[in-house]
Amino acid sequence: MPETHSSAYDSKIEGNVIFTRLDAALNWVRKNSLWPMPMGLACCAIELMATAASRFDIARFGAEVMRFSPRQCDVMIVAGTVTYKMALAVKRIYEQMPEPKWVIAMGACASTGGMYRSYAVLQGIDQLLPVDVYISGCPPRPEALLAGLMKLQEKISRERSFAKQKPELVERLEEALS
Amino acid sequence: MSREETFASLSKSFGEKIQCKTEFRDETAYTIAASDLRGIAKFCRDELAFDYLLDITSIDNFGEEPRFEIVYELYSMPHAVHLRLKLQVSEDAGEVDTVSDIWPTANWHEREIYDMMGIKFKGHPDLRRILMWDGYPFFPLRKDFPLEGLPSEMPDVAFTKVTSMEGGPFVTVPSTATSKDREPRARPPEL
Repeated sequence: MPETHSSAYDSKIEGNVIFTRLDAALNWVRKNSLWPMPMGLACCAIELMATAASRFDIARFGAEVMRFSPRQCDVMIVAGTVTYKMALAVKRIYEQMPEPKWVIAMGACASTGGMYRSYAVLQGIDQLLPVDVYISGCPPRPEALLAGLMKLQEKISRERSFAKQKPELVERLEEALS
Repeated sequence: MSREETFASLSKSFGEKIQCKTEFRDETAYTIAASDLRGIAKFCRDELAFDYLLDITSIDNFGEEPRFEIVYELYSMPHAVHLRLKLQVSEDAGEVDTVSDIWPTANWHEREIYDMMGIKFKGHPDLRRILMWDGYPFFPLRKDFPLEGLPSEMPDVAFTKVTSMEGGPFVTVPSTATSKDREPRARPPEL
């Protein structure tokens, strides 16, 4: 039987208090509830749908809430060939998403134009948007998309979210502390 | 009406207007003059029961005269007969009569040909581009248009850039070799 000690603080809240960095807490909240914007433009969108469906189940990573309104989304999954005709529409939808926001380029076409080296296809969505994760494959399997999502979660957990979101406040705090 | 009867009837009515008749693998193609198109098209639909326009395509024989060729694929549902009509269009004329009032499906096919080849259709009710956006300055399926495209810019609408071909375009070599050998790569493998 291990010996127990009474804690320094009130037993009523014991176990309900954790100490962490603000960034870590923010990032933890963010990365486990990414709401994707499904930018399905070609066959990759079929794999995206499969990823969201029961067999692969993107809900295991907290990203099951696909909203068709950019205003409610965190991460845009560009799934498919971005033609020049569509390119500015994709950019416009991205601009409507609230900060913080991320972009996954799913598949060869969204990443580089893929096999479409042609007059009609934008050679990679990164020419218009800042891309966080590139996923190879044509189309990538759902596992690959999930791996990409986990990579994005890793990336989010390393972000300095608070300083990014409230730079003036952080500056004032640092001044006060120094 | 059988296949033979159909073609005999066409030859009888338009004998002198048919410039050339080709048979290839049981497919029959008639080459006609652009000015005769509407008359022959109406006859085909009303008298020969070619009630189904499968497709209209265009060919760019760059460097030849006349430069363009338009191909109409007709099918008769009641008699199960397939007919191909071809007509040649010079670049200077650049205009063909529409058949969109004869077969409504021609509407979008003709828009596509206009979009990709720049051949105009006289009497078309709504001759706008269908794939590229209004205001795109080129006709991309013409042979003198480069595969990698040309730069264009319409602020707030669309833009295009020249695509890096990276040594391409690549054509798969038909053989039983592995795909690594069949499909050439932009970079040599030792790099």
